[in-house]
Amino acid sequence: MEFARGHVLICGGTGCTSSGSEQIIKEMEAQLKANGLEKEIKVVKTGCFGLCALGPIMIVYPEGAFYSRVKVEDVKEIVEEHLLKGRIVRRLLYDETVHEGTDNIKSLNEVQFYQKQMRIALRNCGVINPENIDEYIAFDGYRALGKVLTEMTPEQVIAEIKESGLRGRGGAGFSTGMKWQFTAQAKGDQKYVACNADEGDPGAFMDRSILEGDPHSIIEAMAIAAYAVGADQGYIYIRAEYPIAVQRLQIAIDQAKEYGLLGENILDTGFHFNLELRLGAGAFVCGEETALMTSIEGKRGEPRPRPPFPANKGLWAKPTLLNNVETYANICQIILKGADWFKSIGTEKSKGTKVFALGGKINNTGLVEIPMGTTLREIIEEIGGGIPNGKKFKAAQTGGPSGGCIPASLIDTPIDYDSLMAIGSMMGSGGLIVMDEDNCMVDIAKFFLEFTVDESCGKCTPCRVGTKRLYEILDKITKGQGTMEDLDRLEELCHSIKEGSLCGLGQTAPNPVLSTLRYFRDEYIAHVRDKKCPAGVCKALSHYEIMADKCRGCSLCSKECPVGAISGEIKKPFHIDPDKCIKCGACIAKCPFGAIKK
Amino acid sequence: MKSLADLEAIRKKTLDQVILRKDSEGTRIVVGMATCGIAAGARPVMNAFMEEIAKRGLEHVTITQTGCIGMCRLEPIVEVFVPGKEKVTYVKMSPEKAVRVVNEHIVNGNPVAEYTIGAAE
Repeated sequence: MEFARGHVLICGGTGCTSSGSEQIIKEMEAQLKANGLEKEIKVVKTGCFGLCALGPIMIVYPEGAFYSRVKVEDVKEIVEEHLLKGRIVRRLLYDETVHEGTDNIKSLNEVQFYQKQMRIALRNCGVINPENIDEYIAFDGYRALGKVLTEMTPEQVIAEIKESGLRGRGGAGFSTGMKWQFTAQAKGDQKYVACNADEGDPGAFMDRSILEGDPHSIIEAMAIAAYAVGADQGYIYIRAEYPIAVQRLQIAIDQAKEYGLLGENILDTGFHFNLELRLGAGAFVCGEETALMTSIEGKRGEPRPRPPFPANKGLWAKPTLLNNVETYANICQIILKGADWFKSIGTEKSKGTKVFALGGKINNTGLVEIPMGTTLREIIEEIGGGIPNGKKFKAAQTGGPSGGCIPASLIDTPIDYDSLMAIGSMMGSGGLIVMDEDNCMVDIAKFFLEFTVDESCGKCTPCRVGTKRLYEILDKITKGQGTMEDLDRLEELCHSIKEGSLCGLGQTAPNPVLSTLRYFRDEYIAHVRDKKCPAGVCKALSHYEIMADKCRGCSLCSKECPVGAISGEIKKPFHIDPDKCIKCGACIAKCPFGAIKK
Repeated sequence: MKSLADLEAIRKKTLDQVILRKDSEGTRIVVGMATCGIAAGARPVMNAFMEEIAKRGLEHVTITQTGCIGMCRLEPIVEVFVPGKEKVTYVKMSPEKAVRVVNEHIVNGNPVAEYTIGAAE
């Protein structure tokens, strides 16, 4: 056995890869070699640690030193100082991980970002090397499958999942155990299990991170599901835009096959299960279950009416179990630790944890996993580290284009399926976009509608035409041409689209409009009646002006203006010509006296 | 792989390699590796510790380095922290002495008194 006295864990998730972690890994290997340490220090490329804002991230064990924003140039110093001489490079440590005033490192669990988190679905992300099945096995991997195949009947497995209270993490929150039971009870000579990894919400990347950081946990869970419902073939539908996740999944599937954990007669129990990837082209509608299965069959990804539900007629009209990535990521832990353990976490009707992709106006952009029932305030202020530049929290958007906005007045809402639904938003797949006072809510609604207009598959009229009309009305309002009747028309149209659309995409597409109308109606009215955008986002409604009393006549703004709209005499107040002004904001950024307002 | 036993064997084998990343309350061997320590031969001492730990397959033992603690004349210095016991400081270490420390102190729980700082002073 090789014994390495130190492990250098470098994040190889998509976030850190795009900030250069590949080069850092190469440099680390080169530097270790140059110092003759390559045998005693092991470099491990892991999945996402969650703190993407601080990437590239490197953690050195056994000390647990958490280096953030590491640059290629820093690697030499880390090797020569820390790994060779044992002196931790203080300046690169993430400040939060050090006891104040000392050089003593805290355990990661004491850091505020991780303190309130509870990692079940993400348990192995950032801990193991996702391309090495042995490491997954070392962290109890495939033990749940072993237990299921040797000690439990399919009925017992389903009973355990049902008892745990696990609900679908893809958004709708249907009971996972019930879904498994329906598929198991459906009649058919051939059954399938499938995994929905077509994560399409803007700002959501939980599923990607799980697949990148812990692909075997999904494979194992799908094998368990297949055993429970009586399937022998599985498909993971993943978008081709996730190249790292696709690659690691394929590696993981190959390794599992080689070990005999996929394929014929698994663990000599007579159970067969094969798993294949299917790549999607990145259409949002393919995240809808019937469209997804049509796409797996090789046809154009369009939804069809339900019932029949996939549990009875899914892939190739055979009974099919379809779950989301994060749902599967919980399965093995429930089998190993029991339904009672899982049930003890969360709220009355929402058990366990939920992973959120935290984005927007927030300090700790990244991935967090919290027990259900945690309040929005805890997520934003404590885990997320608050809003940058001392701005005020205005709203949080959950559920992407299908969800809604939660206003600041509801910041103490505990997050679970039902409470979010009650306030007009939804859990969705887990994108959580934080907005501050500089965000215009009409503009946000318009942004999401633009997305759904693009992504509507066009099969049914309410969605295809309705979303387009919604978008046009919103566009009109942001240009200051809206009328009060338009607001009523918006609402009416929203309800027609909700009721008339064929699939979830259309049924939920009006949610961003409805929820902003509900909580920020005054902002809509300001656009319509006063022709003003309170946040100053909508260009057509903004108006740049130099305040004569503050202007010192330095001429910096007029030099900066790209269209020559600013003129004046030195040492006298300058003036902006509104006809020429393109409202780019360059002058505001340049003015040293804060004399320009919009 | 054909049985749960095979799976367990892989788990055990790999666990040794990843245990470092789990929060363990194990024994810590800290080798002084500042310039003075390295010059006095700390590197072969650390290698000897690593080889011996690996050979015996000791779980829950980590090896780390530290900087200069100010007694350069006594380097290579090695400190051993066993949970619940007082720290033991060994001085003027050599690879041979390292092997003995692993055998007597870490495995059997009897510090090698003659190598400790108390004996040297």
